[in-house]
Formats: sequence, C-alpha cells, structure tokens
Amino acid sequence: MGVLPEPVEALLTTALVSELTVVDPSGRPVTHPLIPLYDGALIYLTSSILFSKKLEHIKANPKVSISITDPGAVKVERFACATIQGDATVDDSDLHAGWERVLPLWRAKEPAIDFFLGKRVAMPLFFERAVIEIRPRKAFLWEDGRTDRAPKVFEVAPVLA
Amino acid sequence: MKPSPELLGRLEERFGRAVIAYVDADGYPMSVATEFKVDRGRGVVVLDAVAGDAQPPHNERVNIVFSHIRPQPGVGYDERRYVSLWGALQPADGRLEFTPEQVQRWDEQEMSFFEYSERGVPQAHRYLEQVSAETGREVRPKLAFGWLFLRATRLPFLTATIVPVLLGIAVAGWTDGFNWWVALLTVIGGACIHLGLNVANDVFDTASGADAANVNPTQFSGGSRVVHYGLMSLRTITLLSAGFYAAGIAIGVVLAATRGWDLLWLGVAGVLLSLFYTAPPLRLVHRGLGEVVVALGFGPIMTLGAYFVQAQEYDLEPLLASLPVGILIALVLYVNEVPDRPADEAAGKRTLPVRLSKGTIVNAYAAAVGLAFAMIVVFALVGWIVRPALIAVLAAPLAVPVYRALKEFYDQPYALMPAMARNIQLHLATGVLLILGYVVAIVADAV
Repeated sequence: MGVLPEPVEALLTTALVSELTVVDPSGRPVTHPLIPLYDGALIYLTSSILFSKKLEHIKANPKVSISITDPGAVKVERFACATIQGDATVDDSDLHAGWERVLPLWRAKEPAIDFFLGKRVAMPLFFERAVIEIRPRKAFLWEDGRTDRAPKVFEVAPVLA
Repeated sequence: MKPSPELLGRLEERFGRAVIAYVDADGYPMSVATEFKVDRGRGVVVLDAVAGDAQPPHNERVNIVFSHIRPQPGVGYDERRYVSLWGALQPADGRLEFTPEQVQRWDEQEMSFFEYSERGVPQAHRYLEQVSAETGREVRPKLAFGWLFLRATRLPFLTATIVPVLLGIAVAGWTDGFNWWVALLTVIGGACIHLGLNVANDVFDTASGADAANVNPTQFSGGSRVVHYGLMSLRTITLLSAGFYAAGIAIGVVLAATRGWDLLWLGVAGVLLSLFYTAPPLRLVHRGLGEVVVALGFGPIMTLGAYFVQAQEYDLEPLLASLPVGILIALVLYVNEVPDRPADEAAGKRTLPVRLSKGTIVNAYAAAVGLAFAMIVVFALVGWIVRPALIAVLAAPLAVPVYRALKEFYDQPYALMPAMARNIQLHLATGVLLILGYVVAIVADAV
C-alpha cells in the first residue's frame, strides 16, 4: 500500500505511457508522453538530455501533473483515468549512471530497454538521463474513464524528502 | 507553427482521445482526457465537456495533446506518435471548442527515433552547459573507454585495410615468398594510417559543419560524432589522429629502410591521399574525388605496398588483383554516402550521390559491381591472377540485396542500413575469397 489510492497505483504500476505536464516560463502548459514509474511513494520519469527542455521548465517551476488516459497502454481489470498533481525535482547529479537506480522499474514495463542499453555506444546521449521525481499532493480518479462525470479527488499525505 | 488542415483532418483516425492540459487556480498543471471530433471546415477541435473540479478554464490558452503507442507484450511498445496543440478553448453548445494556433509533433513512422534524437543534440549541449554552470564543474557525456575508442576510431572499418594488405602479402607469397614480421608490421602500419584517416575525417567534418548538419547518421555513415556529441574534444581527436599518422609513418619508414626505399613514394602517396581526403587545402572529398581516392588508397596502394615489402619489387599481378577490391571498397563509401547526401551537400562535399540522380547512382552501382567481378573472371582466365581466385565470384550475389535496397530505400537512411552492412560484407567476402584463391594456389603448388 503506497501513498496513492489503490486504483491510481494500479494504473501507475502498469501504464506504459503517461502525459507529464509542466509549466513553461510563459505560464503555458506543455505536455510530454513518458513512461511513469512508481515505487509506492514517488513517481519517477526519466528524460534524456536530448529532450531536456522539460527539465529546465521543472527546475524553474516544480509544479507538474501526470495523467494516465490511454486504455490501450494499461493492464487493469477495470479501466479508469487518473491525474496526479505534485511537486517535481530533477536529479541530474549523475547523468551517466544515476538514472540506473530506476532501471528495475523501467525494465518491468519495457524489457527491451536492456537491448537498447546494450547498444549504448550507438546512442550515447540518449542514455545521459536525468530522473524526475514527483511527490504527489493531489490525485483525481475518473472511474470507468468517464470524464463527463466528476472525478474522485484525493489529497495525498506529504512524502518526506 | 500553425497546424495544417491535413494534420487536423487525420487526428480522428490516428488518435483515440484528447488530453486537455491547463494550469489550475493553484498554479498546478491539470490534465484530463476527453472524446473529440475535428470540424475540418472550421479548423477547430470539438471536445466533450469535462465535469466537476477538472473543468478547464474558458477563453484561456490550453494545451491539447493526442498521443498513441502500440503495446508490444514482453518488449515494450512501438508506433509512438503525438501531436501537441496550443490555442484557445471556448464553450459551445454544451461542448468545448478548441482553436489550435501552434503545434509540436512527432510520429516515429514519419521521422525515425534516431533522427528525432539527432535533432535534440543542440538541446543536450545547452542542458549540459546549464548543469555545468549550476554545479561549477564541467559536465560532459561519457562512454566507457573501450567503447569510446571503438567509436572514435571506427575500428570495425579496419577490414578495408586488412583485406588489401593481406591480398598483397598473399600475392607475394605466391610469386616470391613470405616474411612474417614484415607482414605484421605492414598490417599494423596500414591500420595506423587508416585509423588516422578515420579520426582526421571527424576533425575536418566537425570543422566544416558536416557533422552538425547531418541528422541522419547511421552505424555506417555520418562519422564517429564523438566531438559532435561532446564525448571527446576536438584537440583530443586531433592528437589521436596525429598519433596514428605518426606511428603509421614511422612503421613505413622502417619498412622502406629495411625492404627498399622504392616503397617510399607509394607510402607518401598513401599518407597524402588519406590526409587530404578531407583536410584543406585539397579536401579531395569536397571536390568529388572521394570515391577515387578511397579506391586507390584501399586498393592498389595498400596491396602494392604490402606486396613490395615482401617481394622487394613492384609487379603487375598485385596491381590487377587489387583493382576489384579497390572498386568494391569505393562502393562501400558510395552507398554509405547516400544517406549523408543532404548534410554533405550543405557542407560542400561534392560526393557522387550529391552530384548524381538516384537512377544514375543505382545503375552505376550495378555497373561497378559487374566490372569488379568481370575483372576477376577475365584476369583469372587469362592467367594474370591465379586461377583459384575465381572462387571470389561466389560473393557476387551479396550485391543483389544492396542494389534492390538502393532502389527501394534510397531516401530512407535507416531502412538502408542492412544494405550498407551487406555491401561491406560484399567487399570483405570478395577480398577474403581472393586471398583464399592465392592460398589454394600456394598450397597446390607446394604439394
């Protein structure tokens, strides 16, 4: 049992893709499809430095949301949509190997990552990666994925750093 | 950039849902999925209304995202694509109407992930500079030393040197005899010059902007990119190239001093051709002479040199034996230049694929392969090279898939990669079989 409601955790644990929304310096929301990883407390996403604009935005404004909306990309008995708002930090202290701490979670969703990691010499910058850590503060759940109905809203107990 | 009517028109068939993202009253982004339809005539996206706390604000700029993947159980996923639109959202008849003003998108079926990644290299450098400024230490990308050396030198391409050198040694073994330490030094010396050339190419391609302009590098083309990626400094690879050239030249001088000074003119020609392949002021590859230089350097010059240090004289036979090998290695470069041609053209490199049409390039490939194998057949049948060398024609079918791929995937760099690999195998297999032909002749003569 983690910090999030069970149906939201089930989505996070199985989703192959989510939508991370960050806020750019002009206040505009910018959304990026990414694989969400979850360890019961924090939500992790990794980002290559090749696609690092989002990291700059998070450093300037840590408020983010992550949503799971694609019924084809999750394996749950009863599909639901969820959005989690939270505060993000960027761990880029070791771009070369620091992200490998979340590799077990990544591998569970995308086993092919080991194949690509073996080809690191061919795509070295892709594997220079930062970890985005999201501390959830609020979760919205749309049962059956029906967003024409009001979501259930959950305030999340703060996760200590 | 404003989205085109064609892009909007295809949204419904390409995506199952839309995600509306906006910034809520607390300053947090909020995102919510909904059904959508596109009104093509008016160029707007009509979205189903959203209930409760998640209602997006009206008359404000929001981000609408359409994303898709196809799960592949046990592997991950493919068919990655997304379209991200920004514009104003307004209520209309119980629904929401979105007028897109700006778009950002990627579809891996239209732009390969490799090209998408290459286009991100400038952003990667900007980010590394920012992290360096934040931490007060220089942060650079890394690769393990062995991989970095392999990548910087493009070591696997050494087959281009080993084949003609061993062929020269084999021909000498047939006509004159064999000295193993001279053979070893020849291979090492030739390899050093070749590695010096490979690394020098990167020095000058970085300086000319060819590497930065190339967003379609492959495993076989586009250079090592170690400087472009920030894995090594320009100074380091310049020193590395100079070191290889110095070692190769030193070995060449030792061989000339011990085996005959007539080797010197051939060695000087080889080093100069290799150096001025991309180096100013000659920049032979920029003048459309790259293929000829490669054919000469990795054909007659290497083979004749290797023959001379064994036999201590020049002869016609190694020159003839080297011609098919020279043609086939030039064809390796020729095919590898096909995906590089936009970047080469931008950098002023007048390679054959830059100058000639697709039809001419494809037909010339077939003609050159035909010429190489016709030479082997004719030379062997008239006795200018040994008869068993005829077995080299067994490699000829390897050219067929390369020819077909050139016709079919001329404008698809990554689809062309297997053909590039097969083309390298064509050169290697032909060279090895030619050498084997000489070994068979030597053994048969001895028994």
